[in-house]
Parts: sequence; structure tokens; C-alpha cells
Amino acid sequence: METAWDIDLCALTIGYGSHIVLHNVTASFPAGRISMILGESGSGKSTLLRHIIGLSVPKSGRITIAGTDCTRMDDAEARRLRRRMGVLFQDGALLGSLTVLENVALPLTEHLRLPKELIRKEALRVLGMVELEQVADYYPSQLSGGMRKRAGLARAIITNPSLLLCDEPTSGLDPLTAARMDILLLTLHRQFPGMTILVVSHDLESFHHIADYTLVIKDGLGIFSGTKDAFYASNDPYLVRYRTRSSEATVADFSSTMDPRVSSELSRWLANP
Amino acid sequence: MGRCVRFVCNMLASTGAATIFFGKGLLGIVESGRIGRRTVAQIYAIGCQSIFVIMLIGFFCGMVLGLQGYYTLVKFGSVGLLGSAISLTLIRELGPVLTAIMLTGRAGSSMTAEIGVMRISDQIDALDVMDINSMAYLVSPRLLASLVAFPLLTALFDVIGILGGYVTGVLMLGINEGVYFYRIEASVLPIDVWGGFVKSLVFALLVTTVCCYQGYTTHLRRDSAGPAAVGNATTQAVVVSCVCILAADYVLTSFFL
Repeated sequence: METAWDIDLCALTIGYGSHIVLHNVTASFPAGRISMILGESGSGKSTLLRHIIGLSVPKSGRITIAGTDCTRMDDAEARRLRRRMGVLFQDGALLGSLTVLENVALPLTEHLRLPKELIRKEALRVLGMVELEQVADYYPSQLSGGMRKRAGLARAIITNPSLLLCDEPTSGLDPLTAARMDILLLTLHRQFPGMTILVVSHDLESFHHIADYTLVIKDGLGIFSGTKDAFYASNDPYLVRYRTRSSEATVADFSSTMDPRVSSELSRWLANP
Repeated sequence: MGRCVRFVCNMLASTGAATIFFGKGLLGIVESGRIGRRTVAQIYAIGCQSIFVIMLIGFFCGMVLGLQGYYTLVKFGSVGLLGSAISLTLIRELGPVLTAIMLTGRAGSSMTAEIGVMRISDQIDALDVMDINSMAYLVSPRLLASLVAFPLLTALFDVIGILGGYVTGVLMLGINEGVYFYRIEASVLPIDVWGGFVKSLVFALLVTTVCCYQGYTTHLRRDSAGPAAVGNATTQAVVVSCVCILAADYVLTSFFL
């Protein structure tokens, strides 16, 4: 593995068309650490990740990875940079027409001139790291959500990337499977101390266990950027509510009454044998 | 008026984008060193899996041509020309056009749906992130495979169609077998055969480009999103491909005649 990669966001504004998703975000994710982008659902975390990966172009500002400004790269430079990245997409993004083994081996099959048997062995080794050797010949549609994510993680790390980016690795998983994913990321971090890991999540439990640094997004702004300890020490009312899972609204309002026409039609339908 | 201008502008923009897409697909054939296995798989998907339906349509098409041709020619006392009529109609026109339309429905729609689903489920982004050229991985093998499959299936369609005409004309309506085949041999020139193949090659590129383009740009659709966008892209791919086939057929026919 090469030198560890840090990520700097400088006055970054991103969006689609005329819609601004994030405005003037500045943050740093240090090299060789696990950082987490936290925020509510729909706050623009995954959109920010897509921009860091280089799949979308920011409206203004800079994204610097390992000292290189990604927003001013030509295609060849961007491709070289991506070779050192591993990305775990939200649902794994495994190719449906390939088996799990073929999916994990894909970066090697496409880029290296090695015997098939050696590539297979290597893919099985990485599948073993995420405890999926037994489903190597299954198709992604035959796997559970957690297995798909772990297979996606195996594909992301097979090239020994310097930068691992994970989009919601624990979302939609039961607590035990989510904890298993956290342990996988922590183990990876211990085994490859040079690897910078950036995770997008809203999972506070996961943040508590694995993250060193964080950026918190709210209403299109980066409202906090710093260490985990600083996050827990902050008295910012929003961060306090986020930490304690206490919503602004204490009671949900269901007091509005149903239109009588809907109510009577609904009663008629429910009474219908 | 404004709507018409916008429609024409959008159409021109789409045509331009599809042309660039086609160029990138062709470039992918040259650039990608490992296209062989995927191309063979696509030849199987586009070609081999369509053989039965092409034979079926070709056979019935030949039979209908034999029936219609017989009752038209008998009015002029020229039933002996049935073999010429069937073979020339099939080889010059119906073979390439109907094969391309059938393949649009069977293989083209599947290309759009498959690539569209890959697009909305981040699979294409995953390829790009792994530094795998998604155009070379997905589009180039399909372009190459269709260049192989379309002409071969067109030839099959022509042969089976001529056999269908034989069944109606010779076995059912009693035309002399020797006359039927002699007329085919005498009237079909190499230019007719080559013309049919050139048409099928052009249709192959048109259908594959349109279908792959619609799938690849599913996420950019403004009329729908998610699975509905894949459905709309597939419908549009089939409609646009069929229009392109018929328009290109007119242009090519006027060039060959």
C-alpha cells in the first residue's frame, strides 16, 4: 500500500441543476483514520460521497485527495486516482449477471494479466475475510442485504485501496449484522493502518464504535467537523439532539380528522365481505 | 410553436448525444483488450436465443408471400414468377427489415432493460469506479455481437422464408418445383444479397445504439424515475428503433435501386 490519503473539502457547493444540496462545506478527513459523514436521511450525504468519488462535478469549491485537486483533473488523472479507491455502494452494486466470486474478482480480471486460477484464489481469500466463501458461486439476487454489502466490501478492498468509501454500510441491517459490518471495517483499519476509510451513515451506534472523525450535515450546511470526542463534547443543540435521538417534535400530530366522505367510503369498504 | 421548436431541439440534442455514444462504443471495441468473451456471450443472447422466433416468423412470412403472390400473379398468368417475387421481396426488403424489427423486440428491449436496471442500481457507477470503461464493458460487445448476429439471422430468415413460399406455392398450390427454384436462381443477383446484408449491418448498429443509449441514460429521463424509467426507456427504445429501421430502409433502398 502507498502513503495514506487524506481528503479535504474546501468551500464545496454541490447540487443538481439549479437545486443546491450542500452549500459551502469545508471539512478534513485525516489520512489513515475512519471518518464518518453524519446527517439525517435526505441531507445530501450520499450526494457528497458521489462528488468525492468523482461521479459528479461540484458547482464550486475544491475536493482535494492526497494533495491533488480532484475538481481540476483530466480523465486520465481521475482514472489513476480511482484505481487507488475502493467503493462500497449502498446496496453493494454487484453486477447481477455475475456470481459473487466473479464480482469480487472483477477488478483483477479486467486489469491484470494473471492466470484464472490465481485470480479465483485471491477472490476466495478476500471473500474469506468477509466470511462469504460459502456463497462464492451464488448470484447477488440469491443473497441477503447484509451479504450483498459484505460482498460489495470484498470487491472494494480486493485491490488494496488507499481510500475506502462506504455508502451506508449498516443501513437496513439488523443490529447483529450491522455490528458485524462495523467489526469488519475496524478489522480492516487495524490490518491496513494506512487505509483511509470514509463512511456515510446516519447510524449513531456505528459512529460510536468505529469513527475517529466526523462531518455533520444539516440543512445543506456542514455544521460540525472534528473528532469523535469533540462531537460528544459539543453543546450545539442540534448535535445534542442528534446524540440523544431526541426530535424537536415531542409528540406526533395525528389530530386532524379524516374527510367524512373518505371515512364513510372506508367504512363501507371495510364492511364489505 | 414554442413546443415544436423545443421538440425539434430535444430530438437534435438526443441524436447528437446518441451519435457520440455510438462513437464511444466503437472506440471501446478498439480500446478494450478483453472484449472477446463478452462478445461471444452477446452473440448467444442476441443471435442464438432468437433463432427459433426468426425461423418461425420467416416461415410464416414466406407462406403468406407465397399465397398473396400466387393469387396476384395468377391474374396475369405469371405464376411461374412466384419464386422470383418471394425471393427478391425477402432478400431485398422483408428479410433485413423484419429480422431487425423482431430482434429489436426480443434482444433490443432486453439490452435497454438490462443496462437501465444496471444504471439505476449503481452497477454502471461501480464499473466506472473500478476503472472499468462501462462503455467498453457493456456497449462495445453488444455492437460487435449485433454486427455478427443480424446478418446471419437475416440470411436464415431469407432461407426459411423461401422454404415457406415453397410450401405454399409448390406443395399446396401446385407450382412446378423446378420453375420455383430456377426463377429464384435466375432473378436474384449478388447485389441483391449484398444489399440485404448491408441493410442488416446498418440496422444492427442502429438498433444496438438506440437500445443501449436508452438504457445507459435511464437516470437522465425527465418523465419518470426508478423502475418506471426503465420501462419507459424500453418502450422508447423499441419505438425509436423501429422508426429508425424503416427510415434507414427507405434511404438504403433508394441508394441500392
